[in-house]
Amino acid sequence: MLAKRIIPCLDVKNGRVVKGSNFINLADVADPVVLAEKYSLNGADELVFYDITASAEGRKLFTDVLKRVAEKIFIPLTVGGGINSLQDFETVLNCGADKVSVNSGAIKNPKLISEAAKKYGDQCVTLSMDVKRVNGKFTVFAKGGRENTGIDAIEWAKFGQDNGAGEIVLNSIDTDGVKKGFDIEMLKAVNSVVTLPVIASGGAGSVNDFINLFKEVDVSAGLGASVFHFGEIQINDLKKQLKNSGIVVRV
Amino acid sequence: MIAIINYGSGNLFSLKSSLQMVGLEAVITSDKSVIQSAEKLILPGVGAFGDAVEKLKTSGLFEVVKSEAQNGKPILGICLGMQLLFEKSFEYGEHQGLALLQGEIKPLSAVCKNLRIPHMGWNSLNFTKQSPLFKYLTCGDFVYFVHSFYATNCDESLIAYANYSVKVPAAVQKNNIYGTQFHPEKSGEVGLKILRAFGEL
Repeated sequence: MLAKRIIPCLDVKNGRVVKGSNFINLADVADPVVLAEKYSLNGADELVFYDITASAEGRKLFTDVLKRVAEKIFIPLTVGGGINSLQDFETVLNCGADKVSVNSGAIKNPKLISEAAKKYGDQCVTLSMDVKRVNGKFTVFAKGGRENTGIDAIEWAKFGQDNGAGEIVLNSIDTDGVKKGFDIEMLKAVNSVVTLPVIASGGAGSVNDFINLFKEVDVSAGLGASVFHFGEIQINDLKKQLKNSGIVVRV
Repeated sequence: MIAIINYGSGNLFSLKSSLQMVGLEAVITSDKSVIQSAEKLILPGVGAFGDAVEKLKTSGLFEVVKSEAQNGKPILGICLGMQLLFEKSFEYGEHQGLALLQGEIKPLSAVCKNLRIPHMGWNSLNFTKQSPLFKYLTCGDFVYFVHSFYATNCDESLIAYANYSVKVPAAVQKNNIYGTQFHPEKSGEVGLKILRAFGEL
């Protein structure tokens, strides 16, 4: 049986892990390599790294971090943040990334999805969507949740699937950082229109939030950041409790 | 020494690092003489079957890999590399593979309509035959898959499958020819144990 995946997400700025609430007020947490090792030992099924630096120096620090992680951690690594071109794909793939997550870059240039899928394979392209309710409609936001694109999230997910994305990360801005549970309603809406694996993101605050997620929606994975970074949830404990609740996980 | 065959298909950084982690000497190479003098071969690969065959042929490695394998050198195909060991694939047309194993590659989408594709994530192994590759494994161990096509009509070489609506061939072996549909280099401790066992053949 295919297991439900638990994925810690590390936002990296200038070579350090940070996590903010509602995308602002960034707080430094720890060394990404140390955290990545800890998570892998604790049973993380995959790791996501988002580069949230804008500068060239920060970019260099990020790829160095990535290489150091890929040299000693042998689980899938997804990399995102500032992916705007095939060259950006190439850079992170050469540093050991397995999957590349596109967000604002694909909104700006939707062809990026199909071009990257053709060149590196569907399995390599993750479409990451930051979505918020606007007048009752699920709407895609760009630039880390700051810019309303007016794009309908359902249509954007379908577009991603039709153009070669291999997976979708659906991040609800409405529940992100609030730690009161995943956005089940939004996840159901998107998950039901695609056959790609969907990763739920935004809102994880407790073990029960993950249990509830997998019982309510047939998503492939649950992603969390600060709940893991601050030790509020230990991944090995989370997986044990998921297993006890009848959810298939790798333990 | 293990030669990781480099024909321009996919990222080999993790594969090389994982072999080093279990103390195996490995080189990434497209040099025929290095491939011929290596003790073992690993055939990696991501992307489409047809493209990969084309790249193997234009780099002149198709025949080298085939003859080394036919002469008894242990070879491990990983993911698309495993699929290439078979006779043919129906991924975007019809393409001939290395034909070292009997069987064909078909789309998972033909299995049933609502199956989530790619088959992506950790799935557990069910052994069907004993194999030296599983020396350090336990039935039920989880390994990492990511693929949209799968091997069919391959009972002859099947050694393990994973359940994903159908029995998805997860690992195959016939004499010195080995293949895993999953990625040992991305399967944590379990994957490292498989690479170690391959190194000890």
